[in-house]
Amino acid sequence: MSSEKPLHEGLFSWPSASPTLLGSRCMDCGEHAFPSQDSCRACSRQNMAPADLGSEGTLWTWTIQSFMPKTPYHTDETPETFAPYGVGYVELASGLKVESRLRENTPDKLQIGMPMKLEIIPMRKDDNGADLVTFQFCSAEELG
Amino acid sequence: MDVAIVGLGMHPFGRTPTMSGLEQGAAAARSALADAGTDFKRMEFAFGGSQDSGNADSLVNLLGLTGLQFTNVANGCATGGSSLNAAYSAIKSGQYDVGLVVGFDKHDRGAFNPKPADWGLDDWYGETGLMLTTQYFGMKIQRYMHDHGISRETLIRVAEKAFRNGSLTPTAWRQTALSWEEIENAPMVSEPLNKYMFCSPAEGGCALIVCRADIAQEFHPRPVYLKTAVVRSRNYGSFEVFSPSQPPEVANSPTVTASQAAFELAGVGPEDIDVAQLQDTEVGAEIMHMAENGFCEHGEQEKWLAEGVTELTGRLPVNTDGGCLANGEPVGASGLRQVHEICVQLRGDGGARQVAGEPKVGYTHVYGAPGISGVNILAR
Repeated sequence: MSSEKPLHEGLFSWPSASPTLLGSRCMDCGEHAFPSQDSCRACSRQNMAPADLGSEGTLWTWTIQSFMPKTPYHTDETPETFAPYGVGYVELASGLKVESRLRENTPDKLQIGMPMKLEIIPMRKDDNGADLVTFQFCSAEELG
Repeated sequence: MDVAIVGLGMHPFGRTPTMSGLEQGAAAARSALADAGTDFKRMEFAFGGSQDSGNADSLVNLLGLTGLQFTNVANGCATGGSSLNAAYSAIKSGQYDVGLVVGFDKHDRGAFNPKPADWGLDDWYGETGLMLTTQYFGMKIQRYMHDHGISRETLIRVAEKAFRNGSLTPTAWRQTALSWEEIENAPMVSEPLNKYMFCSPAEGGCALIVCRADIAQEFHPRPVYLKTAVVRSRNYGSFEVFSPSQPPEVANSPTVTASQAAFELAGVGPEDIDVAQLQDTEVGAEIMHMAENGFCEHGEQEKWLAEGVTELTGRLPVNTDGGCLANGEPVGASGLRQVHEICVQLRGDGGARQVAGEPKVGYTHVYGAPGISGVNILAR
């Protein structure tokens, strides 16, 4: 049994050797959504199908979260162990831009347009000690 | 029927430990009634809002149980703008002659901590650390700087102007001008925005008395006319806060649509505006809103700020009272403060911060989560 569980079901394929983001696509107007939803934000119709959004993209914009957020932020960190994290929008192949934590957390490592790749990271332990995992993006070059 | 603003009232923004938010709203209302030389019994209606300080209509317990129509308005940062919009319609339609618009709030220190469920989002979004408005503002200006060649110096200039104007405004929260170095070296909050580039949640109250234009002189010798009051929400593709994903095409923000509608309804253009209040939740917002409201081209802000166009002495003074940056943001009252300040400027009562040249037409713009804008055009 895996001791890793998604923090939230349906955001990415898991378990998987090469996880991808999961969303939905409107069968009428073609617009994508992440997370998946039953109705279309663009045309208001309810004809959505699941869509694999892939695992690669380019950085559209970014910032750095430099202090530990208040609730609803929920990790096992303390103000002493908190490490700043990047936040950005990554433009995927479909053109959809997905908001994500970023592994890079200093301005010198982040640049609009840089290639990015999905990775799955532990966020915190659940009551049984299992790792709850979520997605983030990191520099595609750094991953190799 | 045209609409006039004949009473201005404010309880100073900042921190007032001895008063509840509601009491600060009542103080603002009393001050507006006194400015209009009238009393609460004369009010036929009221629109009021508060995000964190209870129901606005509880004000009747403090101001008097007169039986008037009192409507609570809750529209995030655009609460004040939406209240004024409702009052405008109430007078314009001929339904009422005179009424009160009021907003107040008293927020805890530090960033707001919204709940994902209130915004139609699942818990993971907040738990993984994406539910912060400060991140959105950092990311929006980051992209804007990249696309339109805005420099960090321009960000600093906006903060410098805000605190300088605040130092000339007796009701402002921040009344101390800050040096270039103090702003430049402040602790980073959310790249590229640091501590002095963000406004803070605060406390305060603001109130306006509005009436039919043809009875305005009964209340005040220098009425300010509300030419139009427009509120718009976001269109598909507008880059907004708390969005787990954004469509490929970036659409015009609600600020653009509200602004265009307001200019059209008022029959004036950006070149006719003498003094403006533009939502400056942070310095990037003021910069982007200069262009989104049609006052300059995207990227032209770099030159405008360097040349001082938006200073008190410039061609289009912006945020003459120091804006949200120097006044803080009690959400329910903030949009009304903008209108209050434009009325003060149009009356010529701005004191040390009075804009020269007897301004005739003013403009206010409020913007808030999750993508709502309110624009008012005012003239004397």
